[in-house]
Amino acid sequence: MNTKSPYQIKIGKILSVKQMTSMEKMFEIALPGEDLSHAPGQFVEVSLLGIGEAPLSVSSSPTKQGSFELVVRKVGKLTGALHKLKAGDEVGIRGPFGQGFPVRILEGNDLLFVAGGLGIVPLRSLINFVIGNRKNFGKVDILLGCRNPKEMLFHEELAGWKERLDVNFNCTVDKADPDWKGNVGLITSLIPGVTLDSERTFAVVVGPPIMYKFVIMKLLDKNIPERQILISLERHMKCGLGKCGHCQIGNTYCCQDGPVFTYEKVKAIGGAI
Amino acid sequence: MQYNLLNKNQLNDLISFLAREQKVVAPVAQGLNNYAFTEIKNGIQATLNYIPTTLPPKKYFMPQRETLATYDTTQGQNMDPVVEHEKVALFGVHTCDLAGIQCLNMVFSEKPKDQNYLARKNAITIIGYECNAYCDRFASCRLVHNHTPNGGYDLFMTNLGDKFILHVNTPAGEKIIERSHLFSLAAKADLAALERLRQKKREIFEKNEIPIEHEKIPELFDKSYQSKVWADLDKRCVACGNCTNVCPSCYCFDVIDEPNLDLTTGRRYRQWDSCQNETFAKVAGGENFRKERGARQRHRYYRKFRFPIEKFSRFFCTGCGRCSRACMAKIDLKETLVSLIKEQGMENPNAGRQSTIAEKPATF
Ligand SMILES: Cc1cc2nc3c(=O)[nH]c(=O)nc-3n(C[C@H](O)[C@H](O)[C@H](O)COP(=O)(O)OP(=O)(O)OC[C@H]3O[C@@H](n4cnc5c(N)ncnc54)[C@H](O)[C@@H]3O)c2cc1C
Ligand code: SF4
Ligand code: FES
Repeated sequence: MNTKSPYQIKIGKILSVKQMTSMEKMFEIALPGEDLSHAPGQFVEVSLLGIGEAPLSVSSSPTKQGSFELVVRKVGKLTGALHKLKAGDEVGIRGPFGQGFPVRILEGNDLLFVAGGLGIVPLRSLINFVIGNRKNFGKVDILLGCRNPKEMLFHEELAGWKERLDVNFNCTVDKADPDWKGNVGLITSLIPGVTLDSERTFAVVVGPPIMYKFVIMKLLDKNIPERQILISLERHMKCGLGKCGHCQIGNTYCCQDGPVFTYEKVKAIGGAI
Repeated sequence: MQYNLLNKNQLNDLISFLAREQKVVAPVAQGLNNYAFTEIKNGIQATLNYIPTTLPPKKYFMPQRETLATYDTTQGQNMDPVVEHEKVALFGVHTCDLAGIQCLNMVFSEKPKDQNYLARKNAITIIGYECNAYCDRFASCRLVHNHTPNGGYDLFMTNLGDKFILHVNTPAGEKIIERSHLFSLAAKADLAALERLRQKKREIFEKNEIPIEHEKIPELFDKSYQSKVWADLDKRCVACGNCTNVCPSCYCFDVIDEPNLDLTTGRRYRQWDSCQNETFAKVAGGENFRKERGARQRHRYYRKFRFPIEKFSRFFCTGCGRCSRACMAKIDLKETLVSLIKEQGMENPNAGRQSTIAEKPATF
């Protein structure tokens, strides 16, 4: 076949699989002979033949070379089948797709990360990129929220962020269990406590749809300009190519124009959050 | 610009000539008021006096099901991409459907290009056919300026009564003229006859089918996002997806894997999908971004009249009227637009007819 099909997959080899919680597993995947070369915030379409494809965020930073990481929650057909795979197995990969976080624009500024639930999965790519290039960025605050301590992902890495002197890390759970010693309450409760210079702060927010409205309200209270609030939108995605229509919001194709948008843009689209 | 003539009794010879080199498809009558683009072997089978076919010609550019890749599990996860195409001559395409094909061409030529679509497109020859009057009361081609040809064909035929006059638009069209030896050059008198016919058409299609200016439609939709009309459609629509299936400019699809019976080999194909299906925009977290039928209907209308303006500088409604003909719930595109116009007080009787019903039926 001489024409190049955009549906052509590349073979990815699973290097390791790690159970993270009862619902999520992390897969380390290598493309033989090449790097994925993604930007933080981009996603790939993962394919298993006979089952199909699903969009999954790249969770590792591009600074990690030789392989990349996906963190997958088991919710259905493809994600269920992925959970049965082990090191040495193969998957199909298309991508990376979409507009990630605008790293160039973020450089030189202060960053406030707000992650809710699975939102930490794509955000981790940017956080580790920033930590890997720490001197290029100003003050860094990370706020993390999830429903209960059992759902918390990346325990060791979070502990590492917490220990760093050049990163302010804070987390909360909606509902504590007997072993939990930290904050209890919604993620919005952590925002008023952050000291920031609104002029030079970019807020990067990723979480479930319901979270955005409330978090953004708090960020606007802090005078962060709308164009300095970045969010990543989840939509049903099939092709990743701006064609199949599933991911469309207003006039915008989330898979190509997003998934990362400024709040200014999202507000203009209407009906997005 | 070159015009050629074809004698009426040589239509059959033209079809036979085309059929020697490729599959020829043309509108064929399928019972009362139903027509379908179907393969023909001679001109007698084709019907040139037809209302828009049930399915538009998009089925040749983007079949309902189209294989994207095949696999063989003994080869691991690897997949062989498939780009299928076949040489086809589309005969007798109305101007509204030419516009539909132009819309699809724009979408699939946009980066990242869709090789599956483009391979098919490049193997298709298009011979358009002019409507000299309205096909039926559902059409609104004048409103979207598709009642006259705006390109998008290799050859374009107009029925002058005793003969056809053909406009040659591409080298592929020219080749047909040259190699078939069926045509003669049009004389001045023929061009004058064509001009008279177009003048008569200007009278028939003098006003828009509904009382609004073409240029005001984007503004109408800018104002109508929160309209009550969507709530009305919410109650009526049964979410069957007929409207999007028959739409010449709807192209949304799903991608599905299907194992063969041997359970070793299989294929990945795409299949027409519809934004009217309830799960179309549902995501894993349980959120559904267009949960109500009214919101999905609104999305359909905006995809025809508002969204494509910025991206492609044109309406994606071709005015063919198929969605209104096919709707289970009798949701009528012209009526919907009139309701929106009235709600916004944007009625302009000088721009278009008041009633959505009375159109003069076609005379050929
Ligand atoms: C940009 C993006 C990044 C994502 N990143 C991650 C990630 O890092 N980790 C993770 O676990 N999940 C992620 N998701 C969600 C993930 O894509 C879905 O969980 C997955 O598609 C479900 O596939 P399935 O075959 O297992 O589910 P199915 O059995 O097909 O269906 C289960 C549920 O998932 C929904 N769904 C099905 N297909 C899609 C689709 N193509 N897109 C969105 N929802 C779908 C269905 O509506 C249904 O509610 C991401 C989604 C997007 C759009
Ligand atoms: S054809 Fe009519 S009933 Fe069916 S989805 Fe379209 S508008 Fe709704
Ligand atoms: S995923 Fe197909 S258009 Fe975005």
